[in-house]
Formats: sequence, structure tokens, C-alpha cells
Amino acid sequence: MAEVIVITSGKGGVGKTTTSAAIGTGLAMRGYKTVVIDFDVGLRNLDLIMGCERRVVYDFVNVIRNEANLNQSLIRDKRVEDLFILPASQTRDKDTLDIEGVERVINQLAESFDYIVCDSPAGIERGAFMAMYFADQAVVVTNPEVSSVRDSDRILGLLASKTRRAEEGREPVKEHLLLTRYEPARVEKGEMLSVDDVKEILAIPLLGVIPESKDVLQASNAGSPIILASESDAGQAYEDAVSRLLGEDLVHRFVEVEKKGFFNKFRLFRS
Amino acid sequence: MRFLDFFRNNRKTTATVAKERLQIIVARERTTRNGPDYLPMMKEELLLVVRKYIQVEDGAVKVQLDKEGDCEVLELNITLPDEPTASS
Repeated sequence: MAEVIVITSGKGGVGKTTTSAAIGTGLAMRGYKTVVIDFDVGLRNLDLIMGCERRVVYDFVNVIRNEANLNQSLIRDKRVEDLFILPASQTRDKDTLDIEGVERVINQLAESFDYIVCDSPAGIERGAFMAMYFADQAVVVTNPEVSSVRDSDRILGLLASKTRRAEEGREPVKEHLLLTRYEPARVEKGEMLSVDDVKEILAIPLLGVIPESKDVLQASNAGSPIILASESDAGQAYEDAVSRLLGEDLVHRFVEVEKKGFFNKFRLFRS
Repeated sequence: MRFLDFFRNNRKTTATVAKERLQIIVARERTTRNGPDYLPMMKEELLLVVRKYIQVEDGAVKVQLDKEGDCEVLELNITLPDEPTASS
């Protein structure tokens, strides 16, 4: 039985699509057959972040409307085996998603995939609701910043009441906090909310802390999920997050200011 | 350095301010989150009714919905001013 994971946040621009691409790729790299679905109908971007924008022929809405079948719409990733992308429609508006259609597609995907990663659009409108409705797990992407934390809390409320698990009174959606764009140096100076602050306010388990990194923009420029940049600290932080998602217990890295010792300085000169 | 520390220790950092503000707003939003959608409107109307007879402040009417076992309790709390002034 496939596990459905929604990547959500409420607020826009916090790193949902970056995270969807990274976690989806990470799961596939561990050998799990994974599909990442873009729920942002009208504003599709997952294809760009994953570097397959020129291979989109049919999309999610085409499948829902029976204008194409799943095999025609799924894009197979060229770098990672077992990784597929179901792109969002670019032309139609979000209201074309209907719950029966989404359910049919997810059920069909569940027959052959291990993980279904749903990249939610921002906001709390229909698209975001559809993306979370069938979820078994939720990764709440949050920046250490007041509006993002507040919106995340709002999303947690919706996860607890507006999902199928909630409606059927089953075990609630398993929630994970992913703190992105974290800057330990600014936290130390008291300029930024700390991991512990955000954890205390949202009160959900921490899946990972992704440090602010220039590599993320570079990865999106190239259309290559950041997790493939194995030398990047952000890429490594995502790898850790995927391990934790799979049940491993790892110490959180990149949450403290890196102490600049003599050897580190020396290395800087050489590179 | 010591000079800078002097300022640092005396002033609340913006991160601390952010945390306190968030704790307050999140707690407030959580109490209304699980309630039915009509609660805020009902509160407004109750305030209007009360004001027909007594002049009270905006925050004088507090409505809270609690669950005690199978029983749902609607708690209504109206704070009256010290010297109630009847209006015609």
C-alpha cells in the first residue's frame, strides 16, 4: 500500500516545491518507487525545479478528465530510477480539481508506487485542500519567521479536521516539521527564531532543519533537485530528513554556528 | 565587546519578541479554530443586544465553546462596567 505524503505550508515561497523535489528524489534514490504530483494547477513549477519542463505532454487535469491515461502523463526522471513526476496543468484554474477525480488518480497510483508525494499550492484554497485530503503524512515546511509559523499552525488545524483521515475518525495524519532557510548565525545573535522556538510553538516532531544555502538557487537554476548536490549542506540536510522520514534516528546537523577553526580557514583559502 | 554586551543584555532580541507575539496569536487562533463558523458573528450580535441596554466595551462579551464528555457547553461571559449606565 502506497504512503501519501503532502508537502504543505500555508504561506508561499517557503520551499514547498524545493522540498517536494528533494524528498521525492531522496525516496526514489533509496529504492522506493515514488511519484511527485504537482497540485498547483495554473501555476505549475515542479516540472522546472525537477528539470523536466520540456517533456510535459499531458498533465494531472488531463488524467482527471479522462483526456489522457496515467502512463501518458507520468514523466520518468532521467537521473533517478523509480522517480516519476505528474505535472500540474498550466492553463486551467484550480477549480477543475474534483475530489472524486483526485481520489481515482491517487488510488490508481497507489497500485504501483510506494510513495506518492503531493506538492501543495500555497494558501488554504481548493488546491491546497485537495493536496492534503488523502494524506497519510504531512511535511509542514516552515521558515523561522512570524508569518510562516502562524500559517503553519493554521495548516496544522486543517490537517486535523479537513482530511479524509480526520473525517473518517482514523489515526490522524502524521505531522512533520521541516524548518527551511535556517541561519544559525542569526539565531545566535537573536535575530531569528530558533529551532526550539518554532518547535515549542507548533508542537510537532522535527523532521529536519535545512540551512539557508546559495546552492538551492543554483539547483533550481539547473533544474536539479538540491538533494542531488551531495556536497551541499542543504542537500545533506534533505538526505537526513529523508532518512528520518523512513524511520532512522539521526542527530540534527546544521543547527549550530560552524566554528571557524584554523583548519577550516585554511581550507577556505584553498578552495 | 563589553560595551555591545551591555546593550544586548538590556534589550529584548527581536527573536524573543517574535516568539512572544506568536505564542499569543497562535493560542488565540487555536481557541476559535475548532469552533463553528457562526461563533464570531454570534458574538458580534450579542454585543449589540447587550449594548441596547448597557454600554459595554468591545471586549466585554466572551463566548467559549467547550466539550465536557459528550456534552458541549457554550459559555457566555459578559463583563459589566463598574457603574452601569442605562441608555434609552
